[in-house]
Amino acid sequence: MAKSTGTAVRRRDGRIIDYLIILVIGLVLLYPIIWMLFSTFKDNGQIFGSTRLLPTQWHFENYVEGWKGSSRVSYTQFFINTFVMVIPTTLLTVASACLTAYAFARFDFPLKKLLFTVLIALLMMPGAVVIIPRYLLYNQFRWVDSYMPFYIPAALACNSFFTYMLIQFLRGIPRDLDESAYMDGCGTFRTLWQILLPLMKPALFSAGLFQFLWTYNDYFNSLIFISTQKKYPISLALRMSLDSESVVNWGKVMAMAFVAVLPVMLLFFAAQKYFVEGIATTGLKG
Amino acid sequence: MMFRSAQAVRKQRYTRRDYQAFLYLLPWLAGILVLQLYPFISSLVYSFHDYTVGGKMDFIGLDNYVKLFTRDRDFWNSLKITFEFALYTVPGKIVLALAVAIFLNRNIRGINAIRTAYYIPSLFGGSIAIALLWRLMFMDNGIINSMLATIGVTNVHFLGTRGVALRVVCALEIWQFGSSMVMFLAALKNVPRSLYEAAEIDGAGWWNRFFHITLPQISPILFFTLLNQTIQEFQNYTSPAIITGGGPRKSTYVMGMFLYQEGFSYFHMGYASAISWVEFIAILVLTLIIFGTSKLWVHYGDE
Repeated sequence: MAKSTGTAVRRRDGRIIDYLIILVIGLVLLYPIIWMLFSTFKDNGQIFGSTRLLPTQWHFENYVEGWKGSSRVSYTQFFINTFVMVIPTTLLTVASACLTAYAFARFDFPLKKLLFTVLIALLMMPGAVVIIPRYLLYNQFRWVDSYMPFYIPAALACNSFFTYMLIQFLRGIPRDLDESAYMDGCGTFRTLWQILLPLMKPALFSAGLFQFLWTYNDYFNSLIFISTQKKYPISLALRMSLDSESVVNWGKVMAMAFVAVLPVMLLFFAAQKYFVEGIATTGLKG
Repeated sequence: MMFRSAQAVRKQRYTRRDYQAFLYLLPWLAGILVLQLYPFISSLVYSFHDYTVGGKMDFIGLDNYVKLFTRDRDFWNSLKITFEFALYTVPGKIVLALAVAIFLNRNIRGINAIRTAYYIPSLFGGSIAIALLWRLMFMDNGIINSMLATIGVTNVHFLGTRGVALRVVCALEIWQFGSSMVMFLAALKNVPRSLYEAAEIDGAGWWNRFFHITLPQISPILFFTLLNQTIQEFQNYTSPAIITGGGPRKSTYVMGMFLYQEGFSYFHMGYASAISWVEFIAILVLTLIIFGTSKLWVHYGDE
């Protein structure tokens, strides 16, 4: 009797310690973001040399001033550019990955083994090794300083990660389903469109989310391929905000940085199930 | 295996339906030829040439590589720093993700909310907004120094001290361990309970169970993460470029920055191609090492 209450107490103490640890880790992980949010309302004097989280004076004008951007291009334009760049890239990626995955998961064709090996090899191929010739190629096509360097690789399923992810997902869907449809005279494309696609929705959505996120966050490719300010996505606009003034108004910079991460966070909260589950299933079944 | 070979014997001729696969593969195959294979080979070709955008291409044999290995101080420096960077971030991220995942892998109330919260930093991988935040936080009179001052540590020059600056950049990467943690957590959930129960009956201690059940059971996902992270971190550009700009005195000047500088600031395409090939070989060697050792520690359930 005494022993069992002892364990119960110890268990409860353990619980409290557990939650304390969870809280501390959470604080370390999220405090920078929280601090970032409040720093968007501060001036340099409040940001530097202080541990205060809340502003003493709220500088809402950081947002107004920041939004104006620089050289007459405002963040309205930068946001439009970003979405014009990111949304087609995302849709094309999902479509092309889906077609490729369908071929690998549901067909038995010549050279399949070899091509699948190529797919896996590409999964591990560092992008750095092809970036120079790709740049020169796009340059020749006059695609530099447009969003084509983002659209075209997406349309051609160049990111093997998504193809691989969808192959794994398709393998998990019983083959009888589409085979019986095929027997009934349903063409291969109609089988994909009417039978498999509805079943693949969660995986397609996860793939789309990740591609959206990666393209949205991407800085390196934008830096290389986009040179006209009017076409800048947010990432380049943020970089520019650092150079444009002799004394950086960090409150303003953080305000725009926060505006930049906000869509990502909103998307995450709206679709967290797909993020977490997408990530949990992709690597696993491999 | 038996089944598969039997199938292969039976299947000697492909049907018309099978050939339709190529229709679906068309975009991907075109992509491979034009955007993967061609650039892959031509970057090797470029690396034997002196070629600046707008100028003409001169074959110079191994000169680019000779220069890289013998005369360019930046190269050895970058290579060393990139290794160092990967050596901190990859194990740092994985160990932390695994430790937290194991810690959370119990009946904890609110686990979904916790998982979500911990995942948030991972949303911003490669994001310049967060790199800017990091830079601001670690500046000389930034928030981190202000916090340290309250416990008596004064003015650490995080971004101005060789060796320290690199760790600040690494910290940003490690801070984003959430996505790996979510994967590990899912893998841990899939470890059959019966294994632990059997081990407990045998009187196996915590570490024993960890090394003999947990680790082997989740080894495929560990392997996948290790491989992925190594390849990724080896090519990192954004974090050091924004946080430190490669400084102080090039102590955070990773290969990604070196490649960018030569290729897209100076447009020395031949030389940059040589750099990219050395980087590729380095990644390949690391990948092969990871693959080679995987036989020793990665266990697949169906074997």
